Amino acid sequence: MKLKELESCLQQVDGFEEPKILLEQYPTSPHIAACMLYTIHNTFDDIEGKLIADLGCGCGVLSIGAAMLEAGLCVGFDIDKDALDVARTNTEEFEISNIDLVQSDLSALEVAYAQKFDTVIMNPPFGTKHNQGIDMKFLKTALTLATVVYSLHKSSTRDHIQKRAKDWGVKMELVAELRYDLPASYKFHKKKSVDIHVDFLRFSKS
Amino acid sequence: MKLLTHNMLTSHVKGVTKGYPLLIKATEVKVNEVEFNSQFVSRMIPKLEWSALVQAAEGLGHLEDLPAELVADYENNEEFLKKVHKVLLEVEVVEGSLQCPESGREFPISRGVPNMLLNEDEV
Repeated sequence: MKLKELESCLQQVDGFEEPKILLEQYPTSPHIAACMLYTIHNTFDDIEGKLIADLGCGCGVLSIGAAMLEAGLCVGFDIDKDALDVARTNTEEFEISNIDLVQSDLSALEVAYAQKFDTVIMNPPFGTKHNQGIDMKFLKTALTLATVVYSLHKSSTRDHIQKRAKDWGVKMELVAELRYDLPASYKFHKKKSVDIHVDFLRFSKS
Repeated sequence: MKLLTHNMLTSHVKGVTKGYPLLIKATEVKVNEVEFNSQFVSRMIPKLEWSALVQAAEGLGHLEDLPAELVADYENNEEFLKKVHKVLLEVEVVEGSLQCPESGREFPISRGVPNMLLNEDEV
């Protein structure tokens, strides 16, 4: 599948009906999702025939993309039922069968799934607003599930994440620097859209 | 919920020491075709709790003649891998619940999504 093809498919994925500020429900744009997945697939071969977890899957854009790139199975986890309902409708409309969805919070994942997955892909909350530190919690949990983790983080937090990765004995690679064009989805956004600098990071345990 | 996912799910209700395997109480089950990838299936097998898989499959009426004990040399046994593939990936619980074997707590499954969230007093 070509990158353009994947991106145009992912444009059909429905997003949040009413995004929740507390959960930082920002959509992953089809363009970013497609670029991310395409690189994971083509450069690192971490999707095809793999057992994948998508933490904080929201409406499922990354899970659906991973399934299209022939993941063995992609399991999307989210705490929010409304988001999972949209994700389920999306998987039904796409007639994708190598996806499963589970409603869960992070704390239940750590122990239960220790190293069962091959790959984690995720676009976690950035940990702004009311959620300071949630991005690192996602990352820490992700690293208990699999040996390879792909994640998006604010570029401004790169040094901090690098330090933590070193503490955990995990190798961190900057795969790409992205511009995250965030449409004004919440009332407190004054501008129509804001560009946020985001790092696409790969973490691996040896 | 597929049985591969079920094989990994555990109940974490406060005080529970062995919340595994969760008992499946299904009211709606369907079989959804999934492309067969023999390498993927044979890579998943060593990660499984085999007896929990057999028990779950039997409970849903989709045992597909899976043996109680894992067969040797399954990597080269395509017929066997296809059966495991069906049970792991194609059989899905759409509606019903999962029950913690120790506390009896039920986790509802709706539209194929198990809700593993606990109430505040359960963590």
